[in-house]
Amino acid sequence: MALLLKGGRVVDPAVGLDAVADVVVRDGVIVEVGQGITIPKGETIDCSGTVVMPGLVDVHTHLREPGREDEETIATGTAAAAHGGFTAVCAMPNTTPVCDTGAAVRFVVERAQEQGLVRVHPVGALTRGQEGRQLAEIGDMLAEGAVAFSDDGRGIQSAGMARTAMEYLAGFDALYVGHCEDESLAGGGAVNEGVVSTRMGLPGQPAAAEEVMVAREVRLAELTGCRVHIAHVSTAGSLELVRQAKRRGARVTCEVTPHHLFLDEDAIVSYDTDFKMNPPLRTRADREALVAGLLDGTVDAIATDHAPHAAHEKELEFELAPFGIIGLETAVPLVVTHLVEPGVLGWSDVVRLMSHGPRAAFGLPEVRIAPGMPADITVVDPDAPVDVDVAWLKSKSRNTPFKGQTLRGRPTEVLVGGRWALRGGEVVPL
Amino acid sequence: MLSCTHILTMDDLTPDDIALILDTADSFAEVNERRIKKLPTLRGRTIVNLFFEPSTRTRTSFEIAAKRLSADGVNFSASASATAKGESLRDTAKTLSAMACDLVVVRHRYAGAPQVLAECMDAHIVNGGDGIHQHPTQALLDLFTMRRALGRLEGITVGIVGDIAHSRVAGSLVPALRMVGARPILVGPKTLMPARPDVLGAEVAYSLDEVLPELDVAYMLRVQFERDAAMPIPSVREYARLYGMNAARLARAKPEMIVMHPGPMNRGVEISSDVADSPRSVVLDQVNAGVAVRMAVMYLLLGGEGSGAAA
Ligand SMILES: [Zn+2]
Repeated sequence: MALLLKGGRVVDPAVGLDAVADVVVRDGVIVEVGQGITIPKGETIDCSGTVVMPGLVDVHTHLREPGREDEETIATGTAAAAHGGFTAVCAMPNTTPVCDTGAAVRFVVERAQEQGLVRVHPVGALTRGQEGRQLAEIGDMLAEGAVAFSDDGRGIQSAGMARTAMEYLAGFDALYVGHCEDESLAGGGAVNEGVVSTRMGLPGQPAAAEEVMVAREVRLAELTGCRVHIAHVSTAGSLELVRQAKRRGARVTCEVTPHHLFLDEDAIVSYDTDFKMNPPLRTRADREALVAGLLDGTVDAIATDHAPHAAHEKELEFELAPFGIIGLETAVPLVVTHLVEPGVLGWSDVVRLMSHGPRAAFGLPEVRIAPGMPADITVVDPDAPVDVDVAWLKSKSRNTPFKGQTLRGRPTEVLVGGRWALRGGEVVPL
Repeated sequence: MLSCTHILTMDDLTPDDIALILDTADSFAEVNERRIKKLPTLRGRTIVNLFFEPSTRTRTSFEIAAKRLSADGVNFSASASATAKGESLRDTAKTLSAMACDLVVVRHRYAGAPQVLAECMDAHIVNGGDGIHQHPTQALLDLFTMRRALGRLEGITVGIVGDIAHSRVAGSLVPALRMVGARPILVGPKTLMPARPDVLGAEVAYSLDEVLPELDVAYMLRVQFERDAAMPIPSVREYARLYGMNAARLARAKPEMIVMHPGPMNRGVEISSDVADSPRSVVLDQVNAGVAVRMAVMYLLLGGEGSGAAA
């Protein structure tokens, strides 16, 4: 069965492509890229006016299954991912129970094969139960398909334990993903420590609670030779630490989230818990530094930290409500609206930050718009409006501070190994 | 008339509102001197005291204020929030809405709870203290007490001494003082200061002795170190030596300086017993003012006009 994506702007800096072109897919594989192509039989999709890219990946997704299927499942989370233009996600291990054994990794892999609309790459826990005390069976999890290891949500508090984890991982050349939060400094902080915490009478997390641990992680990466990825960098200081470590040649990468790029603490006008995330929204200066980091190559990936929560749990007092917002479906429209349309980023930067960069950081299989490559393709209509509302969202949860906004840049087609996951803007069920 | 429907923070009030509340409270204070202290003003109105956190002093003050205005006062004690798997704040708000009450006084362990109630109820909401955020009627009764004792508010210098970071009293008193043209100085060790006192409009001093001669009011906050796991001061003894109000300090202050405290006092820690019981202490005047000020707030929010109330 052949498929022709005709007349789109095909962007893939990895193969030097940025031109209107046609892409032919047969049996799940890209077979031809060129101009003026017609196919005798099969299907032709008119892609004029759209951007055709290597499939986007989100390396920081919480799918909540097993344990909190009321908030999200592998089925609904991957539907949201497809709806948001992603062909793959990395699933964080802080489920219930924690994904800290080979069997738990296998469960995610098998469930994703049965029910996943996009590819799911499990991230295993670094320590048993993510308690920060004893290494989890990392070798076993690697064998079952884990692509990286993280105590995301907690962060390993003991520097000695973090060193042990990195040394062990280095033996497998496996990736350590750091959730950087020194709990003795962050305390019970619900927002950034500063203007907003003072004004709202909320406990704050100082930027240093993150930066102290980023400094530790990059030093330990250099000590152990482990590949280290810093999750959700939120402060200018953290970014500078990563920048310097990269200059020294440390094997360090990092990601930022759309909410830290496009919101700062000034956005928290009431006690709306959809603005409660961890790390918290920082200052405008931090936000601007993160955007600069996208351009100078310090930031390797834009990742969503998609964190679904049940409405009744978010509707608590601000200090009691859980951290986190959903992000899979708003990421591309936010990037297009706030970075591509104003000319801050070009489309090849988008591909670098949402496809090639994160794949390289996590050691995922390469995806290219080139003959012989698996057909993992994302198509975005940059002009199409997106109304972020309950009817439009496919995630099982609704906790987003962007609700009610009209953005531009709508993913229209998603192909995963040649199979439709999104078609004409509609999610295609299995 | 007040310019606002709710009193959630001092930001809801204008300087004119504050003046109106204090003037109205003046006339209610006279009523409280009478043998028969009850007015028919709010007969038939329902006022709910919604306390998620025990506070006998504040609750009793609001309760007496409601009774003196002939309102039907009801106490609704809720278990401290949803962590106890009780009903959520919004559920409680809906329940109270269904009971058609006119005014709700809310005290809560967490900041922002009064705002949540204001968003989902028709009743007037008065913040009776939310977390470490604000306690506006406390700030108003403090202004009332200062005005009575000193004869003015504009231009006075008020040292607020102690655990500023964890004090909802300081959180509302600082903006209140700014609004009436007074000068607040926060005094205490750096470990007890909020991250950005400048955004509240306050000056900061780390030495009480240095600023003492400038003060018209020394407002001593209650020491509550059990709030913090990491002890922010070396010892209670050192705190009392550096930041406690005692006879020796009082002797070095302006002769007209008054000493205030929101209560309950730790005698011998933030205030020595002889100072607490001296004529310079207006602590009981504050308690007394609390009833008059809360009567004024209830009266004005529920549609009262000006200060003819007590007539
Ligand atoms: Zn995290």
